[in-house]
Amino acid sequence: MSLVRQFRDGAAEFFVAFGAAFLFLLRLLADTPRALARPGLIFRQVHVVGANSLVLIMMAGLFVGMVLGLQFYNTMAKFGAEQSLGPVVVLALVRELGPVVTALLFAGRAGTALASEIGLMKATEQLAGMEMMAVDPIRYVVVPRFLGAFIAMPLLTAIFNAIAILGAWFVAVQMMGLDGGQFWAPMPDNVDVYDDVLGGVLKSVFFGAAAGLLAVFEGYRAHPTAEGVSRATTRTVVITAMTVLVLDYMLTAMLI
Amino acid sequence: MPDSEVLIEIRGLKYRRGDKVIFDGVDIDIPRGKVTAFMGPSGTGKTTLLRLVTGQLRPDAGTIRVAGEDVTALDRDALYALRRHMGFLFQNGALLTDLSVFENVAFPLREHTNLPDSLIRDLVLMKLQAVGLRGAAEMMPSELSGGMARRVALARAIVMDPEMIFYDEPFVGLDPISMGQIVRLIKRLNEALGLTSIVVSHDVPEIASVADRVYLIADGKVVGSGSPDELRASDSPWVRQFVQGLADGPVPFHYPARDIRDDLLGGEKSR
Repeated sequence: MSLVRQFRDGAAEFFVAFGAAFLFLLRLLADTPRALARPGLIFRQVHVVGANSLVLIMMAGLFVGMVLGLQFYNTMAKFGAEQSLGPVVVLALVRELGPVVTALLFAGRAGTALASEIGLMKATEQLAGMEMMAVDPIRYVVVPRFLGAFIAMPLLTAIFNAIAILGAWFVAVQMMGLDGGQFWAPMPDNVDVYDDVLGGVLKSVFFGAAAGLLAVFEGYRAHPTAEGVSRATTRTVVITAMTVLVLDYMLTAMLI
Repeated sequence: MPDSEVLIEIRGLKYRRGDKVIFDGVDIDIPRGKVTAFMGPSGTGKTTLLRLVTGQLRPDAGTIRVAGEDVTALDRDALYALRRHMGFLFQNGALLTDLSVFENVAFPLREHTNLPDSLIRDLVLMKLQAVGLRGAAEMMPSELSGGMARRVALARAIVMDPEMIFYDEPFVGLDPISMGQIVRLIKRLNEALGLTSIVVSHDVPEIASVADRVYLIADGKVVGSGSPDELRASDSPWVRQFVQGLADGPVPFHYPARDIRDDLLGGEKSR
């Protein structure tokens, strides 16, 4: 009985939060034109958010690429298919792993930073202080951070992909002895700019919007206490990760 | 401008948070150019009152007129326009932690005016000079003591030359020297600039030295008002308890509970 009730309450809470997040998104979009009049604030956030995550994304990209190179080389060599290694690795990265892994890492690094920053600004009355100075905190604090994440995500994904491809190349060609030409030459015929590359970019754009929205949403509605901010931070990672994975499936289904 | 002119007029104010009634029909007049204090025990909603007057919260009933405009009926743009005439000193200063002291004070100017940098610099340094912290202009908020942060916040609150300024518990948690500095600043700003000042506090001696008029608030009502001297002479048991700091009186020492005999002898069953 209580299990049913728990499930029902949990489901109700989920839908309420989902609706609230959607309304918050509309509010952000309504204020976006006015926020765009201050590009400096947005670029600063792209810089902050990007710099926050850059080293992490690069390191992760390198090792994801290297492990892909190693796994696929060993498996494909058994079938004598190692000349397809390059396109396989690149397709896996560009279509799937790049956007998803970048978004997950972004949620853990930049998303939590955004949520706790906004939550702390609320807890220390900085947001209320802005309102009292007739400065709208949504326009000055929240929208630039949301747009910053939105812009940074595709850029970070591109960097992740580039480094991962180099990592795979390094393992396959430099370590395992695959011919460099065999790695690069099949790319033009097998990797399509529109279907594969732009599809991946589209994913990262959606993930950027989702990760940015959820981080600022959780931060802005955080309970203005130490506990509230820490909960908001945790929820940001968990909810963003789930959202990214669900979105990924939906987008993949639509793009194929 | 006559002395008695009312800048803020509160009528029949009601506000509740959940089931708890915070204000139950409060009438208050705040005269222009004076220092008006709201006093009362912690938890009586003094800070809530400031937030209602400045439109951060909406009351359940009643009107709040500030300079003739009903705050409760204003939309966001009109409220923001009104707030440009208000300064608000938050308890912890509410300085923006990613900006230096100078940029914090300059923030309202940069947001609301198109003044050239050189003029902004002069204005900011003048305001910082007024609170004695011109030398701290390049420090970050995290490097400031509590008293300094509050003085920087005060400089920021007056940088737009507001008509009125709200102080939320300006004396809490300060050492005696910082406290004396804030008291002096409140007085000087009121006298020199004719700033209407509204102070929320429970520090009796400090308020007695700065306030022209005091409202005592308890249980959602105004229980006493007048000049500090009038209040000191008052024979209302409520006012006497607060001004003299008596442990028991109209505000009971014990939080409401059932009879202690029942509680101790009745055991868990009767709960």
